[in-house]
Amino acid sequence: MSAEGVAASAGAVGAREPTGEPSGALLAVRDLRVDFHLGRRLVRAVDGLGYEVARARTVALIGESGSGKTVSSRAIIGLLPPSARVSGSIRFEGRELVGLEERQLRRLRGRAIAMIFQDPSRSLNPTMRVGAQIVEAIRLHRDISAQAAHERAVELMELVRLPAARARFRAYPHQLSGGMRQRVMIAIALAADPQLLIADEATTALDVTTQAQIMELLLELQQRLGMAIILISHDLGLAASYAHEVVVMYAGRAVERAPTDKLFAEVRMPYTRALLDAIPRLENPCHTPLPAVPGQPPDLAAQPRGCPFAPRCPRASERCRREAPPFVEHERAHLWACWHPLGVGEGR
Amino acid sequence: MSEPLLQVSELVQEFTIRDRGGVKAGIVQAVSGVSFSLAAGETLGLVGETGSGKSTLARAVMQLPPPKSGSVRFRGVELVGLRRRQLLQARRHMQMVFQDPFGSLDPRWRVAEIVEEPLVAFKVGGARERRARVRELLEMVGLDPGRYSERRPRELSGGQAQRVAIARALALDPMLIIYDEAVSSLDVLIRAQVLNLLERLRAELHLAYLFIAHDLALVKQVSDRVAVMHLGKLVEVAPSEELYREPLHPYTVALLRSIPSPDPRAPRAPVARTIRGEPPSPLEPPSGCRFRTRCPRAQEICAAQEPPLRELRSGHLAACHFPVSEAAPPNAPGAARATHSPV
Repeated sequence: MSAEGVAASAGAVGAREPTGEPSGALLAVRDLRVDFHLGRRLVRAVDGLGYEVARARTVALIGESGSGKTVSSRAIIGLLPPSARVSGSIRFEGRELVGLEERQLRRLRGRAIAMIFQDPSRSLNPTMRVGAQIVEAIRLHRDISAQAAHERAVELMELVRLPAARARFRAYPHQLSGGMRQRVMIAIALAADPQLLIADEATTALDVTTQAQIMELLLELQQRLGMAIILISHDLGLAASYAHEVVVMYAGRAVERAPTDKLFAEVRMPYTRALLDAIPRLENPCHTPLPAVPGQPPDLAAQPRGCPFAPRCPRASERCRREAPPFVEHERAHLWACWHPLGVGEGR
Repeated sequence: MSEPLLQVSELVQEFTIRDRGGVKAGIVQAVSGVSFSLAAGETLGLVGETGSGKSTLARAVMQLPPPKSGSVRFRGVELVGLRRRQLLQARRHMQMVFQDPFGSLDPRWRVAEIVEEPLVAFKVGGARERRARVRELLEMVGLDPGRYSERRPRELSGGQAQRVAIARALALDPMLIIYDEAVSSLDVLIRAQVLNLLERLRAELHLAYLFIAHDLALVKQVSDRVAVMHLGKLVEVAPSEELYREPLHPYTVALLRSIPSPDPRAPRAPVARTIRGEPPSPLEPPSGCRFRTRCPRAQEICAAQEPPLRELRSGHLAACHFPVSEAAPPNAPGAARATHSPV
């Protein structure tokens, strides 16, 4: 572990770290940029993103489509199309991943860092029994006998609570429900004992009851295995329930970041407030209009000069349209990018 | 009492499942004897998990395809068994909006043509009147006609495309609109905009909605009454507020507990205690109550006898032998066991 390496890379935009953060973070993302060159258009999908994830902790990246949450996490494991240009720094256990060769990234991928996706049926091989797919993942990372790999696969299936694991070993993906397929994907992800699991909208397509079961499973596995989790979602409710820290993203940038309790108690960035207000609440009487902000997110190829949220923001001033606010730590462990932040308890 | 706008009785819809070789593998009863009614201007929310049959139910109401058995009366006219031409007329004031707006809008058509199409099909007005009506409809859904009339669907965002689908649904002055997960794929902020639009239209045009979604909080937001569907059957129907305040069916309790609260201080109840495992296969539903294999309150009688949907409180129906009550809070199934001994 190299805390020095992490500290040495600090100093760029968006790299100011909360002082209370343990410096030996497992993953440190600094000033991350991802550009796509589409014909003559330059699309800046991620713009100066920075955050850290410590062992056994969960950080949620929250944002709408096009906010850069998925692209930024795919950059961590080098799962981006060739048209993508990644710059900035991604350090994993002190080791720089940006600029690493494909071969070296591939060794990290699925081993130290694993990822699960929204649609497990697209990640699983439909013609192969699920047990065999887990065995394959195990033997890819470990040199063990077929018999031992089989035993380990059944263990993993039990670990992810697949009912009747031994019998399900011979099932094909289509014979399983969506929730069970996602459990198989988690078993495959765990095959190499990853230190970091990236869950990209992994429960979005599932029913609420199944979503809750899968999230409880992930939390339990985290406690048992000490795994760090990056939870990527559009759902602030999910972040509130399951993450230690939340990074809210808009138009490729981090706009607010804080420990979960602090964020929800003291929202500062009007965009975060808008996201929270737009979630229908069970406590509200029916037919209560939702406070909705107008407009839509900016075109990433033609971003406004100032704050990207300014055109939709009820608090925007002339300065917001002229000058983008920096993303800095205004209070202990609480960062935001806004010229006119909400006061504590304001805008409720 | 006058007849409700929509009266659905004992509706059954079945599908035959075939093996790869085309051999009949079984029959799925996707909707098993569902009854409900909807008054003019009322919104009934319909929630349930994947495979609960809620979309099949909506389509059976629309006769897309007609149900296996049962009755659908709309404005006093029985739709089941009508010939195509009569059905089109009878269904004129009943419209449906689907989850994927791009899938339901012809990509080659312009926005104005898409919205005008039902007017042309039903020969409403002349060309000039129709054009004026299209402008009016686009304005009603918050799209500037000057900017959007000539666009094609691919030049629209998801929220804009869904507004076009809503404008088309409004063209023939409907009395009932069925929304099948119509806002589910939209981003949070756009979803709030469209939900507010639906609410405004309902109030202004006195529309009745059948609003289908898997998100309970969302359904509560727009519904006067909510029906909860599980494996082809309604298990609970109640006024919206009451359902969320005092759910009677253990399945409803489990669904409510599974919603992640946007308040991190809210206690997170372990879902494992309120629901077990996964929904059973609709090919072989459990005997008796179809929820019993996942239910923490299940007793022997639940396997032997199917609980009927009955009115337990005024306007509040539930299908359960051991409904949840204040005396036995949902997290203490032992209390229920002590008070209700199986017959």
